Amino acid sequence: MFEYDFMRTAFAAAAIVSVVSGVVGYFLVLRGQVFAGHALSHVGFTGATGAVLLGISPLWGLVGMTVLGGIGMGLLGSRLAERDVTIGIVLSVSLGLGLLFLHFFTAHATQATALLFGNVMGVDVPTLWNLAGLGAVSLTGLAVISRPLLFATLQPEVAEARGVSLRLVSVLFLSVVALAVAECVQIVGVLLVFTLMVGPAATAQALTARLGRGILLAAVIALVEGIGGVALAYVTDWPTSFWIATLSGGAYALASLRR
Amino acid sequence: MSAIVLTGVSLALGGRTILDNIDLDIAEGEFIGVLGPNGAGKTTLLRALLGLITPMRGSIRVLGQTPGRGNPAVGYLPQTRSTLARRISGHDFVAATLHGDRWGLAHQDATERREVARVLDLVGASDLARRPLADLSGGERQRLLLAQALLGTPQVLLLDEPLMSLDPHRQKVVVALVGDLARHLKLTVLFSAHELNPLIGTMDRVLYLGGGQAALGTVAEVITGPVLSRLYDTTIEVVHLGDRIFVLSAHGTTGLEGHCHADGHVHV
Repeated sequence: MFEYDFMRTAFAAAAIVSVVSGVVGYFLVLRGQVFAGHALSHVGFTGATGAVLLGISPLWGLVGMTVLGGIGMGLLGSRLAERDVTIGIVLSVSLGLGLLFLHFFTAHATQATALLFGNVMGVDVPTLWNLAGLGAVSLTGLAVISRPLLFATLQPEVAEARGVSLRLVSVLFLSVVALAVAECVQIVGVLLVFTLMVGPAATAQALTARLGRGILLAAVIALVEGIGGVALAYVTDWPTSFWIATLSGGAYALASLRR
Repeated sequence: MSAIVLTGVSLALGGRTILDNIDLDIAEGEFIGVLGPNGAGKTTLLRALLGLITPMRGSIRVLGQTPGRGNPAVGYLPQTRSTLARRISGHDFVAATLHGDRWGLAHQDATERREVARVLDLVGASDLARRPLADLSGGERQRLLLAQALLGTPQVLLLDEPLMSLDPHRQKVVVALVGDLARHLKLTVLFSAHELNPLIGTMDRVLYLGGGQAALGTVAEVITGPVLSRLYDTTIEVVHLGDRIFVLSAHGTTGLEGHCHADGHVHV
Protein backbone atom coordinates (compact mmCIF):
# COMPACT_ATOMS: atom_id res chain seq x y z
CA MET A 1 0.00 0.00 0.00
CA PHE A 2 3.05 2.27 0.20
CA GLU A 3 3.47 2.30 -3.57
CA TYR A 4 0.72 4.92 -3.98
CA ASP A 5 1.50 8.59 -3.36
CA PHE A 6 -1.92 9.24 -1.84
CA MET A 7 -1.37 6.42 0.66
CA ARG A 8 2.02 7.74 1.74
CA THR A 9 0.46 11.18 2.16
CA ALA A 10 -2.43 9.68 4.09
CA PHE A 11 -0.08 7.83 6.46
CA ALA A 12 2.00 10.97 7.01
CA ALA A 13 -1.09 13.09 7.65
CA ALA A 14 -2.55 10.52 10.04
CA ALA A 15 0.76 10.30 11.91
CA ILE A 16 1.13 14.07 12.36
CA VAL A 17 -2.46 14.63 13.39
CA SER A 18 -2.56 11.62 15.72
CA VAL A 19 0.46 12.71 17.72
CA VAL A 20 -0.80 16.30 18.04
CA SER A 21 -4.29 15.10 19.02
CA GLY A 22 -2.97 12.59 21.53
CA VAL A 23 -0.78 15.10 23.34
CA VAL A 24 -3.25 18.01 23.31
CA GLY A 25 -6.08 15.61 24.16
CA TYR A 26 -4.23 14.46 27.29
CA PHE A 27 -4.51 17.94 28.77
CA LEU A 28 -8.08 18.31 27.52
CA VAL A 29 -9.12 15.16 29.38
CA LEU A 30 -7.09 16.11 32.46
CA ARG A 31 -8.88 19.46 32.57
CA GLY A 32 -12.28 17.86 32.10
CA GLN A 33 -12.90 20.02 29.02
CA VAL A 34 -13.68 17.30 26.48
CA PHE A 35 -17.07 18.79 25.72
CA ALA A 36 -15.38 22.08 24.82
CA GLY A 37 -13.24 20.19 22.31
CA HIS A 38 -16.34 18.63 20.82
CA ALA A 39 -18.02 22.02 20.53
CA LEU A 40 -14.95 23.53 18.87
CA SER A 41 -15.12 20.94 16.12
CA HIS A 42 -18.74 21.91 15.43
CA VAL A 43 -17.81 25.59 15.36
CA GLY A 44 -15.12 24.56 12.90
CA PHE A 45 -17.76 22.99 10.67
CA THR A 46 -19.40 26.40 10.28
CA GLY A 47 -16.01 27.90 9.47
CA ALA A 48 -15.18 25.26 6.88
CA THR A 49 -18.54 25.41 5.09
CA GLY A 50 -18.51 29.22 5.27
CA ALA A 51 -15.04 29.24 3.72
CA VAL A 52 -16.20 26.97 0.88
CA LEU A 53 -19.07 29.36 0.28
CA LEU A 54 -16.62 32.27 0.06
CA GLY A 55 -14.25 30.31 -2.15
CA ILE A 56 -11.52 29.98 0.49
CA SER A 57 -9.85 26.71 1.47
CA PRO A 58 -12.03 24.93 4.07
CA LEU A 59 -8.94 24.22 6.20
CA TRP A 60 -8.38 27.92 6.85
CA GLY A 61 -12.06 28.46 7.53
CA LEU A 62 -11.83 25.64 10.04
CA VAL A 63 -8.71 27.01 11.71
CA GLY A 64 -10.07 30.55 11.83
CA MET A 65 -13.37 29.59 13.42
CA THR A 66 -12.01 27.04 15.89
CA VAL A 67 -9.37 29.47 17.13
CA LEU A 68 -11.95 32.26 17.48
CA GLY A 69 -14.25 29.80 19.23
CA GLY A 70 -11.42 28.68 21.53
CA ILE A 71 -10.56 32.24 22.51
CA GLY A 72 -14.24 33.00 23.07
CA MET A 73 -14.73 29.99 25.31
CA GLY A 74 -11.57 30.79 27.22
CA LEU A 75 -12.78 34.34 27.86
CA LEU A 76 -16.22 33.10 28.91
CA GLY A 77 -14.79 31.52 32.00
CA SER A 78 -12.14 29.22 33.31
CA ARG A 79 -14.65 26.79 34.74
CA LEU A 80 -15.85 25.75 31.35
CA ALA A 81 -16.76 22.27 32.51
CA GLU A 82 -19.76 23.77 34.27
CA ARG A 83 -20.97 25.54 31.17
CA ASP A 84 -22.46 22.51 29.45
CA VAL A 85 -25.65 24.26 28.42
CA THR A 86 -23.91 27.27 26.86
CA ILE A 87 -21.51 25.05 24.97
CA GLY A 88 -24.30 22.75 23.85
CA ILE A 89 -26.27 25.66 22.42
CA VAL A 90 -23.25 27.17 20.65
CA LEU A 91 -22.51 23.71 19.27
CA SER A 92 -25.94 23.15 17.77
CA VAL A 93 -26.24 26.69 16.38
CA SER A 94 -22.86 26.23 14.68
CA LEU A 95 -23.84 22.94 13.12
CA GLY A 96 -27.14 24.45 11.94
CA LEU A 97 -25.34 27.42 10.42
CA GLY A 98 -22.90 25.08 8.70
CA LEU A 99 -25.82 23.20 7.22
CA LEU A 100 -27.25 26.47 5.87
CA PHE A 101 -23.92 27.33 4.22
CA LEU A 102 -23.89 23.88 2.61
CA HIS A 103 -27.43 24.44 1.39
CA PHE A 104 -26.27 27.55 -0.49
CA PHE A 105 -23.42 25.67 -2.04
CA THR A 106 -24.94 22.36 -3.04
CA ALA A 107 -22.33 21.65 -5.74
CA HIS A 108 -20.00 20.31 -3.07
CA ALA A 109 -22.26 17.84 -1.33
CA THR A 110 -19.39 15.38 -0.90
CA GLN A 111 -17.56 18.10 0.99
CA ALA A 112 -20.14 17.75 3.75
CA THR A 113 -19.40 14.07 4.26
CA ALA A 114 -15.66 14.77 4.21
CA LEU A 115 -16.05 17.46 6.86
CA LEU A 116 -18.38 15.47 9.06
CA PHE A 117 -16.58 12.13 8.88
CA GLY A 118 -13.12 13.00 7.58
CA ASN A 119 -11.26 12.05 4.41
CA VAL A 120 -7.64 11.26 5.09
CA MET A 121 -7.20 9.63 1.67
CA GLY A 122 -8.10 12.97 0.09
CA VAL A 123 -5.25 14.89 1.78
CA ASP A 124 -2.91 16.38 -0.84
CA VAL A 125 0.72 17.32 -0.37
CA PRO A 126 0.15 21.07 0.22
CA THR A 127 -2.45 20.19 2.87
CA LEU A 128 0.04 17.81 4.44
CA TRP A 129 2.53 20.66 4.82
CA ASN A 130 -0.18 22.83 6.31
CA LEU A 131 -0.99 20.08 8.80
CA ALA A 132 2.68 19.77 9.73
CA GLY A 133 2.96 23.53 10.23
CA LEU A 134 -0.22 23.79 12.30
CA GLY A 135 0.83 20.77 14.35
CA ALA A 136 4.20 22.35 15.09
CA VAL A 137 2.55 25.60 16.19
CA SER A 138 0.07 23.72 18.35
CA LEU A 139 2.69 21.57 20.11
CA THR A 140 5.10 24.48 20.56
CA GLY A 141 2.33 26.57 22.08
CA LEU A 142 1.44 23.72 24.42
CA ALA A 143 5.07 23.30 25.48
CA VAL A 144 5.36 26.99 26.32
CA ILE A 145 2.21 27.04 28.47
CA SER A 146 2.44 23.53 29.92
CA ARG A 147 3.80 24.56 33.33
CA PRO A 148 1.16 27.14 34.24
CA LEU A 149 -1.44 25.02 32.44
CA LEU A 150 -0.82 22.04 34.70
CA PHE A 151 -0.75 24.25 37.78
CA ALA A 152 -4.01 25.97 36.81
CA THR A 153 -5.57 22.60 35.94
CA LEU A 154 -4.64 20.74 39.11
CA GLN A 155 -4.79 23.55 41.66
CA PRO A 156 -6.63 26.56 40.28
CA GLU A 157 -7.02 28.27 43.67
CA VAL A 158 -3.35 28.01 44.55
CA ALA A 159 -2.34 28.98 41.00
CA GLU A 160 -4.44 32.11 41.28
CA ALA A 161 -2.83 32.97 44.60
CA ARG A 162 0.58 32.50 43.01
CA GLY A 163 -0.23 35.05 40.33
CA VAL A 164 -1.20 32.76 37.45
CA SER A 165 -3.96 34.24 35.29
CA LEU A 166 -6.45 31.38 34.99
CA ARG A 167 -8.25 33.16 32.18
CA LEU A 168 -5.11 33.76 30.11
CA VAL A 169 -4.04 30.14 30.55
CA SER A 170 -7.51 28.97 29.55
CA VAL A 171 -7.60 31.16 26.43
CA LEU A 172 -4.14 30.07 25.32
CA PHE A 173 -4.90 26.42 25.94
CA LEU A 174 -8.19 26.49 24.06
CA SER A 175 -6.40 28.16 21.13
CA VAL A 176 -3.99 25.23 21.10
CA VAL A 177 -6.96 22.85 21.28
CA ALA A 178 -8.61 24.74 18.42
CA LEU A 179 -5.61 24.13 16.16
CA ALA A 180 -5.51 20.46 17.12
CA VAL A 181 -9.24 20.11 16.47
CA ALA A 182 -8.89 21.76 13.05
CA GLU A 183 -6.18 19.22 12.24
CA CYS A 184 -8.19 16.34 13.58
CA VAL A 185 -11.20 17.23 11.42
CA GLN A 186 -9.06 16.61 8.33
CA ILE A 187 -8.56 13.01 9.35
CA VAL A 188 -11.64 11.82 11.25
CA GLY A 189 -14.12 14.65 10.65
CA VAL A 190 -16.13 16.98 12.87
CA LEU A 191 -18.27 14.28 14.42
CA LEU A 192 -15.46 11.91 15.32
CA VAL A 193 -12.90 14.34 16.77
CA PHE A 194 -13.29 12.50 20.09
CA THR A 195 -11.75 9.35 18.61
CA LEU A 196 -8.31 10.95 18.37
CA MET A 197 -8.56 13.76 20.93
CA VAL A 198 -10.23 11.95 23.81
CA GLY A 199 -9.94 8.20 23.26
CA PRO A 200 -6.14 7.85 23.38
CA ALA A 201 -5.80 10.37 26.24
CA ALA A 202 -8.46 8.65 28.33
CA THR A 203 -6.84 5.26 27.60
CA ALA A 204 -3.45 6.61 28.67
CA GLN A 205 -4.89 8.03 31.91
CA ALA A 206 -6.47 4.68 32.69
CA LEU A 207 -3.07 3.01 32.29
CA THR A 208 -0.78 5.42 34.15
CA ALA A 209 -1.10 8.21 36.69
CA ARG A 210 2.33 9.61 35.85
CA LEU A 211 2.19 12.77 33.82
CA GLY A 212 5.18 12.32 31.50
CA ARG A 213 4.39 8.70 30.79
CA GLY A 214 0.74 9.55 30.26
CA ILE A 215 1.47 12.18 27.63
CA LEU A 216 3.89 9.90 25.81
CA LEU A 217 1.46 7.00 26.00
CA ALA A 218 -1.42 9.13 24.68
CA ALA A 219 0.74 10.14 21.69
CA VAL A 220 1.79 6.56 20.97
CA ILE A 221 -1.74 5.16 21.32
CA ALA A 222 -3.12 7.88 19.02
CA LEU A 223 -0.35 7.20 16.51
CA VAL A 224 -1.02 3.44 16.46
CA GLU A 225 -4.77 4.04 16.13
CA GLY A 226 -4.35 6.66 13.37
CA ILE A 227 -1.85 4.65 11.29
CA GLY A 228 -3.72 1.42 12.01
CA GLY A 229 -6.96 3.01 10.89
CA VAL A 230 -5.50 4.08 7.55
CA ALA A 231 -3.94 0.64 6.96
CA LEU A 232 -7.13 -1.22 7.85
CA ALA A 233 -9.13 1.11 5.59
CA TYR A 234 -6.79 0.30 2.71
CA VAL A 235 -7.09 -3.43 3.29
CA THR A 236 -10.85 -3.56 3.85
CA ASP A 237 -11.95 -0.56 1.76
CA TRP A 238 -14.09 0.51 4.74
CA PRO A 239 -13.88 4.15 5.91
CA THR A 240 -10.72 5.17 7.82
CA SER A 241 -12.73 7.04 10.44
CA PHE A 242 -14.71 3.90 11.23
CA TRP A 243 -11.48 2.00 11.90
CA ILE A 244 -9.92 4.77 13.97
CA ALA A 245 -13.11 5.11 16.01
CA THR A 246 -13.26 1.35 16.55
CA LEU A 247 -9.59 1.08 17.55
CA SER A 248 -9.97 4.07 19.86
CA GLY A 249 -13.07 2.69 21.55
CA GLY A 250 -11.60 -0.81 21.78
CA ALA A 251 -8.36 0.43 23.35
CA TYR A 252 -10.27 2.43 25.93
CA ALA A 253 -12.52 -0.51 26.77
CA LEU A 254 -9.52 -2.80 27.25
CA ALA A 255 -7.70 -0.23 29.41
CA SER A 256 -10.80 0.26 31.56
CA LEU A 257 -11.22 -3.47 32.05
CA ARG A 258 -7.62 -3.78 33.16
CA ARG A 259 -8.09 -1.11 35.80
CA MET B 1 8.09 40.43 65.63
CA SER B 2 4.68 40.50 64.02
CA ALA B 3 3.97 38.19 61.09
CA ILE B 4 0.53 39.53 60.24
CA VAL B 5 -0.85 42.93 61.16
CA LEU B 6 -4.29 44.25 60.24
CA THR B 7 -5.15 47.86 61.03
CA GLY B 8 -8.73 49.03 60.65
CA VAL B 9 -9.36 46.57 57.85
CA SER B 10 -12.76 46.24 56.19
CA LEU B 11 -13.31 43.51 53.64
CA ALA B 12 -16.23 43.25 51.25
CA LEU B 13 -17.34 40.54 48.86
CA GLY B 14 -19.76 41.39 46.08
CA GLY B 15 -20.71 44.67 47.74
CA ARG B 16 -21.45 43.02 51.11
CA THR B 17 -19.21 43.92 54.02
CA ILE B 18 -17.84 40.69 55.49
CA LEU B 19 -15.40 42.06 58.05
CA ASP B 20 -15.67 45.57 59.41
CA ASN B 21 -12.84 47.60 60.93
CA ILE B 22 -10.70 44.69 62.12
CA ASP B 23 -7.44 45.11 64.06
CA LEU B 24 -5.20 42.08 64.47
CA ASP B 25 -1.61 41.47 65.45
CA ILE B 26 -0.25 37.95 65.00
CA ALA B 27 3.29 37.22 66.10
CA GLU B 28 5.79 35.15 64.13
CA GLY B 29 5.57 31.47 64.97
CA GLU B 30 2.03 31.65 66.34
CA PHE B 31 -0.52 28.95 65.55
CA ILE B 32 -3.88 30.65 65.18
CA GLY B 33 -7.13 28.73 64.88
CA VAL B 34 -9.57 30.74 62.76
CA LEU B 35 -13.13 29.91 63.75
CA GLY B 36 -16.60 31.18 63.07
CA PRO B 37 -19.81 30.23 61.30
CA ASN B 38 -20.13 29.84 57.53
CA GLY B 39 -19.99 33.20 55.83
CA ALA B 40 -18.26 34.87 58.79
CA GLY B 41 -15.28 35.69 56.59
CA LYS B 42 -12.70 32.98 57.28
CA THR B 43 -11.96 32.36 53.60
CA THR B 44 -12.29 36.07 52.78
CA LEU B 45 -9.69 36.93 55.41
CA LEU B 46 -7.26 34.30 54.10
CA ARG B 47 -7.78 35.48 50.52
CA ALA B 48 -7.08 39.05 51.60
CA LEU B 49 -3.84 37.91 53.23
CA LEU B 50 -2.91 36.31 49.88
CA GLY B 51 -3.56 39.57 48.05
CA LEU B 52 -6.56 38.15 46.16
CA ILE B 53 -8.94 40.63 47.80
CA THR B 54 -8.03 44.27 48.34
CA PRO B 55 -9.42 45.75 51.58
CA MET B 56 -11.97 48.57 51.26
CA ARG B 57 -10.32 50.33 54.14
CA GLY B 58 -7.34 49.83 56.40
CA SER B 59 -3.96 48.25 55.88
CA ILE B 60 -2.75 44.66 55.86
CA ARG B 61 0.86 43.69 56.45
CA VAL B 62 2.11 40.15 55.95
CA LEU B 63 5.74 39.81 57.02
CA GLY B 64 6.00 43.58 56.79
CA GLN B 65 4.67 43.82 53.24
CA THR B 66 1.37 44.55 51.56
CA PRO B 67 -0.02 41.17 50.45
CA GLY B 68 0.67 40.40 46.82
CA ARG B 69 -0.10 37.44 44.61
CA GLY B 70 2.79 35.06 44.24
CA ASN B 71 4.55 35.79 47.54
CA PRO B 72 6.78 32.72 48.03
CA ALA B 73 6.86 33.31 51.80
CA VAL B 74 3.18 32.40 52.06
CA GLY B 75 1.95 28.81 51.64
CA TYR B 76 -1.73 28.27 50.90
CA LEU B 77 -4.08 25.32 51.22
CA PRO B 78 -7.37 26.30 49.56
CA GLN B 79 -10.82 25.19 50.64
CA THR B 80 -12.27 24.49 47.22
CA ARG B 81 -10.90 21.21 46.05
CA SER B 82 -12.55 21.01 42.68
CA THR B 83 -9.88 18.99 40.97
CA LEU B 84 -8.99 16.23 43.37
CA ALA B 85 -10.48 13.27 41.53
CA ARG B 86 -8.04 13.37 38.65
CA ARG B 87 -6.16 10.33 37.45
CA ILE B 88 -2.77 11.82 38.16
CA SER B 89 -0.24 10.75 40.76
CA GLY B 90 0.05 12.64 44.03
CA HIS B 91 3.66 13.35 43.24
CA ASP B 92 2.88 15.03 39.93
CA PHE B 93 0.04 16.92 41.60
CA VAL B 94 2.40 18.43 44.17
CA ALA B 95 5.13 18.98 41.56
CA ALA B 96 2.74 21.04 39.42
CA THR B 97 2.72 23.71 42.14
CA LEU B 98 6.48 24.16 42.14
CA HIS B 99 7.35 27.05 39.80
CA GLY B 100 3.94 26.55 38.19
CA ASP B 101 3.76 30.31 37.75
CA ARG B 102 6.57 30.24 35.19
CA TRP B 103 6.12 29.71 31.48
CA GLY B 104 7.73 26.79 29.76
CA LEU B 105 7.86 23.03 29.70
CA ALA B 106 6.46 21.28 32.74
CA HIS B 107 9.64 19.33 33.26
CA GLN B 108 11.24 19.07 36.70
CA ASP B 109 15.00 19.29 37.02
CA ALA B 110 16.95 17.46 39.74
CA THR B 111 16.73 20.37 42.22
CA GLU B 112 12.98 20.62 41.75
CA ARG B 113 12.53 16.88 42.17
CA ARG B 114 14.49 17.01 45.43
CA GLU B 115 12.28 19.85 46.66
CA VAL B 116 9.12 17.87 45.89
CA ALA B 117 10.59 14.81 47.62
CA ARG B 118 11.45 16.97 50.65
CA VAL B 119 7.92 18.29 51.19
CA LEU B 120 6.36 14.88 50.58
CA ASP B 121 8.67 13.49 53.23
CA LEU B 122 7.79 16.32 55.64
CA VAL B 123 4.12 15.34 55.60
CA GLY B 124 4.83 11.60 55.46
CA ALA B 125 3.31 11.23 52.00
CA SER B 126 6.26 9.85 50.02
CA ASP B 127 4.60 6.46 49.55
CA LEU B 128 1.04 7.52 48.91
CA ALA B 129 2.24 10.10 46.36
CA ARG B 130 2.81 7.25 43.92
CA ARG B 131 -0.91 6.54 43.71
CA PRO B 132 -3.44 8.44 41.58
CA LEU B 133 -5.29 11.23 43.38
CA ALA B 134 -8.59 9.63 42.45
CA ASP B 135 -7.72 6.57 44.57
CA LEU B 136 -6.74 8.48 47.73
CA SER B 137 -8.85 9.14 50.82
CA GLY B 138 -9.72 12.64 51.99
CA GLY B 139 -7.03 12.57 54.67
CA GLU B 140 -4.39 11.42 52.22
CA ARG B 141 -5.26 14.19 49.76
CA GLN B 142 -5.08 16.63 52.64
CA ARG B 143 -1.47 15.59 53.24
CA LEU B 144 -0.63 16.26 49.60
CA LEU B 145 -2.30 19.66 49.74
CA LEU B 146 -0.31 20.43 52.86
CA ALA B 147 2.86 19.28 51.08
CA GLN B 148 2.31 21.70 48.19
CA ALA B 149 1.76 24.53 50.69
CA LEU B 150 5.23 23.80 52.13
CA LEU B 151 7.06 24.09 48.78
CA GLY B 152 9.73 26.75 48.78
CA THR B 153 10.35 27.94 52.28
CA PRO B 154 7.16 29.62 53.42
CA GLN B 155 7.15 31.49 56.72
CA VAL B 156 3.40 31.79 56.85
CA LEU B 157 0.88 28.99 56.20
CA LEU B 158 -2.71 29.86 55.38
CA LEU B 159 -4.80 26.71 55.70
CA ASP B 160 -8.44 26.98 54.71
CA GLU B 161 -10.51 24.27 56.43
CA PRO B 162 -8.03 21.39 56.19
CA LEU B 163 -10.28 19.30 58.44
CA MET B 164 -13.32 19.51 56.21
CA SER B 165 -14.99 16.10 55.70
CA LEU B 166 -12.42 14.21 57.78
CA ASP B 167 -13.43 11.88 60.59
CA PRO B 168 -12.41 12.89 64.16
CA HIS B 169 -9.38 10.59 64.21
CA ARG B 170 -8.02 11.95 60.90
CA GLN B 171 -8.72 15.48 62.12
CA LYS B 172 -6.46 14.92 65.13
CA VAL B 173 -3.73 13.48 62.90
CA VAL B 174 -3.82 16.48 60.54
CA VAL B 175 -3.82 19.01 63.40
CA ALA B 176 -0.91 17.24 65.11
CA LEU B 177 1.01 17.13 61.82
CA VAL B 178 0.53 20.86 61.18
CA GLY B 179 1.43 21.62 64.80
CA ASP B 180 4.68 19.63 64.53
CA LEU B 181 5.60 21.23 61.21
CA ALA B 182 4.89 24.71 62.54
CA ARG B 183 7.17 24.18 65.55
CA HIS B 184 9.82 22.44 63.51
CA LEU B 185 9.92 24.96 60.65
CA LYS B 186 9.04 28.00 62.83
CA LEU B 187 5.95 28.76 60.78
CA THR B 188 3.17 31.18 61.50
CA VAL B 189 -0.07 29.27 60.89
CA LEU B 190 -3.61 30.45 60.28
CA PHE B 191 -5.74 27.32 60.42
CA SER B 192 -9.42 27.83 59.70
CA ALA B 193 -11.84 25.25 60.99
CA HIS B 194 -15.47 24.62 61.70
CA GLU B 195 -14.89 23.00 65.06
CA LEU B 196 -12.97 24.28 68.01
CA ASN B 197 -12.13 21.08 69.83
CA PRO B 198 -9.67 19.43 67.40
CA LEU B 199 -7.46 22.53 67.66
CA ILE B 200 -7.44 22.87 71.45
CA GLY B 201 -3.99 22.11 72.82
CA THR B 202 -2.27 22.78 69.49
CA MET B 203 -3.24 26.35 68.72
CA ASP B 204 -1.69 29.24 70.61
CA ARG B 205 -4.59 31.60 70.15
CA VAL B 206 -8.00 31.57 68.54
CA LEU B 207 -9.35 34.11 66.10
CA TYR B 208 -13.13 34.07 66.21
CA LEU B 209 -15.02 35.76 63.38
CA GLY B 210 -18.71 36.59 63.51
CA GLY B 211 -21.10 39.41 62.65
CA GLY B 212 -18.37 41.31 60.80
CA GLN B 213 -16.27 41.41 63.96
CA ALA B 214 -13.20 39.53 65.13
CA ALA B 215 -11.95 38.46 68.54
CA LEU B 216 -8.36 37.28 68.95
CA GLY B 217 -7.06 35.77 72.16
CA THR B 218 -6.50 32.58 74.07
CA VAL B 219 -9.33 30.05 74.16
CA ALA B 220 -10.04 31.10 77.75
CA GLU B 221 -10.32 34.74 76.68
CA VAL B 222 -12.35 34.35 73.50
CA ILE B 223 -14.51 31.26 73.88
CA THR B 224 -16.66 32.75 76.59
CA GLY B 225 -20.34 33.56 76.78
CA PRO B 226 -19.92 37.35 76.76
CA VAL B 227 -17.42 37.51 73.86
CA LEU B 228 -19.34 35.12 71.59
CA SER B 229 -22.67 36.72 72.55
CA ARG B 230 -21.26 40.02 71.33
CA LEU B 231 -20.01 38.46 68.04
CA TYR B 232 -23.28 36.66 67.37
CA ASP B 233 -25.41 39.45 68.78
CA THR B 234 -27.47 36.96 70.78
CA THR B 235 -27.08 35.03 74.01
CA ILE B 236 -24.42 32.32 73.77
CA GLU B 237 -23.38 29.94 76.49
CA VAL B 238 -20.10 28.10 76.66
CA VAL B 239 -20.04 24.75 78.38
CA HIS B 240 -16.84 22.97 79.43
CA LEU B 241 -17.04 19.20 79.47
CA GLY B 242 -13.74 17.63 80.47
CA ASP B 243 -11.20 19.20 78.12
CA ARG B 244 -13.81 19.80 75.45
CA ILE B 245 -15.74 22.99 74.93
CA PHE B 246 -19.27 23.35 73.59
CA VAL B 247 -20.78 26.55 72.30
CA LEU B 248 -24.53 26.68 72.76
CA SER B 249 -27.23 29.09 71.83
CA ALA B 250 -29.35 29.72 74.89
CA HIS B 251 -32.64 30.01 73.02
CA GLY B 252 -31.95 27.60 70.22
CA THR B 253 -32.72 30.37 67.74
CA THR B 254 -32.92 28.84 64.28
CA GLY B 255 -30.35 31.01 62.52
CA LEU B 256 -27.84 30.16 65.18
CA GLU B 257 -28.39 26.45 65.53
CA GLY B 258 -26.21 25.75 62.54
CA HIS B 259 -23.35 27.66 64.08
CA CYS B 260 -23.68 25.99 67.40
CA HIS B 261 -23.84 22.60 65.83
CA ALA B 262 -20.78 23.39 63.81
CA ASP B 263 -18.86 24.62 66.81
CA GLY B 264 -19.78 22.23 69.47
CA HIS B 265 -21.60 19.12 68.25
CA VAL B 266 -24.57 19.86 70.53
CA HIS B 267 -27.99 21.00 69.50
CA VAL B 268 -30.20 22.85 71.92
